[in-house]
This record gives sequence, structure tokens and C-alpha cells, in this order.
Amino acid sequence: MIRLIEDICTVFWRDWIVLKRRLTKFILSRMVAPILYLVAFGYGLGRSISVEGGTYIDFLVPGILALNSMNISFNSITPVHAERVYHKSLEEYILAPIAPAAFVIGKVLAAMLRSFISSALILVLAMLFGASLQPLSSPVAMVTFLLVLLINSAIFAGLGFIAAMRINTYEEMSQVNTYILLPMSFLCGTFFKTSTLPDTVRFVIELLPLTHTSYLLRGLGTGNEVSVSSIVVLMIYLAIVLSMSLRAFNRVE
Amino acid sequence: MIRIKNLCKVFKSNKVAVDDLSFDVNDGEIFGLLGKNGAGKTTTIRMLTLQTRPTSGEIIFEGAADDLAVKKMIGVVPQHINFDQDLTVGENMELHARLHHLNRQEQRQRIHELLEYIELGNVVNDDVRSLSGGMKRRLLIVRALIHRPHILFLDEPTVALDPQVRRKIWQLIKQLKAQGVTIVITTHYIEEAEQLCDRTAFLSRGKLIALDSPANLCRLNNAANLEDVFIRLIEDDKID
Ligand SMILES: Nc1ncnc2c1ncn2[C@@H]1O[C@H](COP(=O)(O)OP(=O)(O)O)[C@@H](O)[C@H]1O
Ligand SMILES: [Mg+2]
Repeated sequence: MIRLIEDICTVFWRDWIVLKRRLTKFILSRMVAPILYLVAFGYGLGRSISVEGGTYIDFLVPGILALNSMNISFNSITPVHAERVYHKSLEEYILAPIAPAAFVIGKVLAAMLRSFISSALILVLAMLFGASLQPLSSPVAMVTFLLVLLINSAIFAGLGFIAAMRINTYEEMSQVNTYILLPMSFLCGTFFKTSTLPDTVRFVIELLPLTHTSYLLRGLGTGNEVSVSSIVVLMIYLAIVLSMSLRAFNRVE
Repeated sequence: MIRIKNLCKVFKSNKVAVDDLSFDVNDGEIFGLLGKNGAGKTTTIRMLTLQTRPTSGEIIFEGAADDLAVKKMIGVVPQHINFDQDLTVGENMELHARLHHLNRQEQRQRIHELLEYIELGNVVNDDVRSLSGGMKRRLLIVRALIHRPHILFLDEPTVALDPQVRRKIWQLIKQLKAQGVTIVITTHYIEEAEQLCDRTAFLSRGKLIALDSPANLCRLNNAANLEDVFIRLIEDDKID
């Protein structure tokens, strides 16, 4: 058990020194999209709209946090694809006397850290844009809010890991972004409520993890009750994704 | 000792890369795997080092209860350069040391002494991408030695190196043997096998076509040197 933690730390250490070296670049580049969303939809378009009696920006911020944590954590882990296919540096981990789980967990945690840093920055930005955030008022809501964000980033880090293990070309990797992450960014209750969608579309969208994350973050962010079932759904996704990640890593040759 | 029994590898493309190999590698010997490009040397090494699963057959490392125990006792120098491109020379070494559970002090001392040995102590903080080809090769070899493996696998370690560097690597390999390390080396340089190997296996199209000491191979094939043996064996293999 101690060995497992030590090995997780080694994997995490590698990602941490790489991140540290490029922290400023990382922060700047990852802030562009969320700032644009805040400006265009929150400040520009949103001033004339109100949702459920609140301002649109208060409605929007949890959505942006959800989609951003998805995108950052997924894309933070995809360089493993190049380590496997191109540089072959993944071989060092395969040859090492470590549990395969240590590698998966270490990589997922490192992606979660990146996602966490950018979430914190968005919260600060959102407040500068005049959003009011309720979860800060109650400790329980605050912890739950944080937990949901972390689970969400773990799910998408895991998905990124699976993609990095299974997919063989760069092109296909970027197609995952275009055909899966981008549509989810817009449709999963991030910019508008899923209840406005046609029934069949809505049924599919409401099965997706990001929809549950948006719903939970928004509920907690506006000080409303949230249903525990959404948290359970996210936990189930997390368990499935992590066990699939481990399997994918074990199968790498 | 490593026992290899009826080892086969068939890739998804139905390519038979390794075809029914059986042989033993004895403790403390330098065992050479010779063969032309595409003979199946790398695939054999990758199966022996648990990087690729055999399609069938058995590999037994004596004295190792499971895969983890095997991984602890082997060191691997791959045919291709596989450093972490985002890390420096020293960080690449540290990553290996950490993954093999050396304590902090051992890490520092071992990395220092190995980098000094290959005269790369002054580039420890450099980007690994900035090294020359020869420097990368040397670094690749000493990285595999950090954790003092009992069995060392080297897949064409001296490919495209200057003669002086190649000789230095031979010297290192002989030194390791003197320390009791078992060595499995692949090469297509006949001279390398002649210089180093206690026993040499010839592979052709995935099959083992001869296995003996270089001297015996020459005698049995009525050849003046290993190169003649090689040419003769390959020709015979083409006939049937
Ligand atoms: N991943 C792979 N998929 C399909 N064929 C492969 C793969 N790796 C190697 N081969 C084929 O198997 C044969 C043996 O390759 P290899 O073991 O690399 O030979 P060597 O190292 O002796 O040059 C070659 O014909 C090669 O093309
Ligand atoms: Mg080869």
C-alpha cells in the first residue's frame, strides 16, 4: 500500500515538474476560452437575459466551470498518447516494478490538479465579471461543490487516458475533441437548461456525466437543493471509467 | 537462468515474427541474438522483458515468483531512444531511479557516478533533446543500470555509433559480466558478437537456426569466422 502511494507520487512528480516549468503558459492559454464565454455570453448577451429570477451570468458560471473542467482534464492527459505512440517513453513505466494502477491514478491526479487550477482562476474571473456565488456561504455546499468539480475532472481525465491508450493517430485524438467534447461543452446544461431540448435529444443528453455536473454545480452555486442521485450517477461513471483506464493500460504493448 | 520454451509471436497482421523458439540463457553469460533486420530479435527481447505478450510458449525466470519480481531483476536498453522529452537528462535518470524505488541518497549517488562514467555529468540539467545521437545511446544504457539489474537486455546498443564509443560500450558490457550480470544482447554486427558473446543464437525469419559458442559455430560450419557462419546459415535457410 505504501509502495502504491510512493509510485503514484512518482508519476505525479513527473507531471508536476513539467507543469511547473510551463505554469504561466498553461494558465494563459487555458484562460482564453472561458474568458470569451464570460464576455460573449455573460457580459454581452447575458445582460439582457434573466433566468429563474437571477442574472444570466450567475446561471452561466457553473456551466463554464463544468465544461472547462471537462476540457482541461481530458486534454491534460492526452500527451500520454504521444508518450506511448511517438516518444515511447511510456515503456519506462511498463518496465518498472510498479502496480499499473499507480500509473493510472498518478496521471489522473495530475490532470485533476491542472483542472483544479483553472477552475480556481475562472471563479476569480467570474467574480470580477460580477457573478455572485452562493456555495461560499455554506461549508457543506462548498465542499460538495468542490467534490463535484473533482469527480467531473477525474471522469474526463480517465476518458482522456483511455483515448490515449486506444487511439493510434493524432488526427483521431483531435476528432474526439471536435465530435465529442465540443458538442458536450454546449449541450450538457452548460449554457441553457436541458428542458428546452426536444425529448429524444434531451433523453440522451441527460444520461451524460457533464449534464449531471452542470446541474449539480448550478444547484449548489445558486443555493438550491440538489438531488443526490446525480452525485451517484457521477460516482458510477467514475468507477467505470477508472476500471476501463486500468484495463486499457494493462493491454498496451 | 531464463528458460524459453516454444515461444511464438504472431502479430494481428498474421505476421509470424517469432516461430517456436526454445533455448536457455545461463547465469552470468553474455548471450547474443543475431539475425538480419526483421529476423525477430526485437520481438523476442520485448517478450522476454514483458513488454509484449507471447502468442504461445513459455518464459521462465528462475528465482522470480511473478512479473513484478522479474521487473525488479531486469534492465532493458531498447533499440529506439525512448526518453521522456519533457524532462532533462538528470530528471530522466531520477524518474527511472524513483520508479525502481532507490532511496534519495542512492539516487543521487548512482546518477552522479553513472553520468560521470559516460562523461555526461556536465549536461545533467540539459534538455534531453539537446544531446547528440551518441550521447543519447550512452545515456540509454546507463539509465538501465541505475537499479543494478541482475539481467541486462540490450537491443542493438551500438547501432550507428563511432568505433571508439562502440569499444567503450563493449568494455562496459564486459565489466558488467565480470560483476556477475547476465547479458542478452542483440546485434547485426558480427564483430560485436565475436568480441562479446559466450554463446550466440542465430535467428532467421523468427526461427532459431543455430546456437553455440562462436568458436564452436565456426568449427561446426567449417568457417574461418562468425561472418562466414552467418552467411552460410542464411543461405542454407533460404534453400529449404
Ligand atoms: N507491432 C508489429 N506489428 C506487426 N508486425 C511487426 C510488429 N513488430 C514487428 N513486426 C514484424 O515482425 C518481424 C520481426 O521484427 P523485429 O522483431 O523488429 O526484427 P529485428 O529486431 O530482428 O529486426 C518483422 O518482419 C517486422 O516487420
Ligand atoms: Mg530490432
